[in-house]
Amino acid sequence: MKQLEFNLSRWMVGSGPENDIVISSRVRAARNLQHHPFPCLASGDETEQVLKKIMSVTQGKAGFADFQYLLMDQLSELERQALVEKHLISLFLARNAKHGALLLRPEEDVSLMINEEDHLRIQAILPGLQLEEAWSEAGKLDDILESELEYAFDEKFGYLTACPTNIGTGLRASVMMHLPALVMTGQISRYLGALSQVGLMVRGLYGEGTEIVGNLAQVSNQVTLGQNEEEIITNLSSVICQVIEQEQNARQTLLDKKRDELSDKAWRALGQLKHARIMSFQEAIQLISDLRLGHDLGLIKEVDQKLLNELLVLVRPGCLQLMARKKLSDREKNLERPVRVREALDRHFK
Amino acid sequence: MLCQECRQNEANIHIVKNVNGNQSELNLCESCARKKDELDLSFEPQFSLHKLFSSMLNQGLYGKREEMLADDKKCPSCSLTFAQFGQVGRLGCSDCVAAFEDKLKPLLKRIHGGSIHTGKVPEKARERVNILRELDQLKDELQTKVQNEEFEKAAQLRDRIREIEQDIARKNAENEEAEHNQEGEEH
Repeated sequence: MKQLEFNLSRWMVGSGPENDIVISSRVRAARNLQHHPFPCLASGDETEQVLKKIMSVTQGKAGFADFQYLLMDQLSELERQALVEKHLISLFLARNAKHGALLLRPEEDVSLMINEEDHLRIQAILPGLQLEEAWSEAGKLDDILESELEYAFDEKFGYLTACPTNIGTGLRASVMMHLPALVMTGQISRYLGALSQVGLMVRGLYGEGTEIVGNLAQVSNQVTLGQNEEEIITNLSSVICQVIEQEQNARQTLLDKKRDELSDKAWRALGQLKHARIMSFQEAIQLISDLRLGHDLGLIKEVDQKLLNELLVLVRPGCLQLMARKKLSDREKNLERPVRVREALDRHFK
Repeated sequence: MLCQECRQNEANIHIVKNVNGNQSELNLCESCARKKDELDLSFEPQFSLHKLFSSMLNQGLYGKREEMLADDKKCPSCSLTFAQFGQVGRLGCSDCVAAFEDKLKPLLKRIHGGSIHTGKVPEKARERVNILRELDQLKDELQTKVQNEEFEKAAQLRDRIREIEQDIARKNAENEEAEHNQEGEEH
């Protein structure tokens, strides 16, 4: 099999509403097949059956014609890790799945995970705040699949899933937000704490309970039963809009009081990204965040959204190793990282 | 600061956990953090079902721990017991929900607040679900009419509810017969 290339996904290259604060919106729907044990309890034969069944109704069929089929056991560990870092597959699928697979559209916006915790995870990831659009994209695939497959569905409990936290709509909607001004002004914990009070989940880039790194926070719904898809998405969107407003206010305050300092910070970040020779992941995403804020505030016009998104992904350990085509030690990664960053900057400034 | 695990590398990942007000701190290097699984780059929110589950157990919602563990009621399709579900936090197949419905209901209510699906329905199940949703709505209306002492309207609603229920019962009987016949053919 040809080795996986490092491609740019649609959420990285495209633009969307509120793109200066919301980097991407993602929706995923969990679905299972009737009369087949869920993957965690299924034997290898049974998961293989499910995989074959799903392949038979998708391969070459309308709606899936240009999808790429990636079988987890045919990918290297590095390739799988890079897919995790691009949010295309879950860590669970990368590590644990029996007969796990990913069906991926070339734009890398719509995809299907097979034999993850549930038989099917239909997902769509779009740039900016586009939760409704993402659900509409994922819903289209869902409609095609439900006409071909017998879904596990209960009249009272809705779509049945392996984990009770997903039962009902099976829908998890989330947004990745860049909130540097709320972090700098020390307001972040207050707002994020309030979000968990209204049934939303907040996580850093590194997952639940972790500190916000690179000023990036993911916010998602927790409830899947008792609210319909539109309610889930509307609730999440309306809260996100409030966070956006707070971040904008904080940015304006900073701009009024510390314009020169912010400009200096952004230009220094660009300088370090251009010239550093050793760079940790934490340092890299902090610099990218500083540069992004400068760009968003109009203080530095030499970079664009696409470059910033590309940098955000390529500095991650799996993507670095995928590009280097070998496993790297921590030290080697810290040496490799600035090389890749420079290449991306050179391409941009050419 | 050195990594708390290997005590060799610089700790560049600081994890602050806040579980019900108990704050704990972990300072790790990247490779140890990765090994500890604390680093999850996926979008998927993690949810501690185990903690919720054990808290419900401790509150006596499932009776005594020993009783629950001794409960050997199995899902007829995949043979998962409720005690096993309690340990792994994952259901085994699409029949588990019906098998453990009584015990799952309070858990689902705790997680989601609601316990009835109101969202999308697959085309194949739509007709049936629409009827059931209409039935629920009529029953609610009936209750209101009775409370407001609008007995004439209440009687109309009651008749309509009976009609629908009889219709459902008839369809169920037909389906069962059809399934029975199909099984007969397969043998």
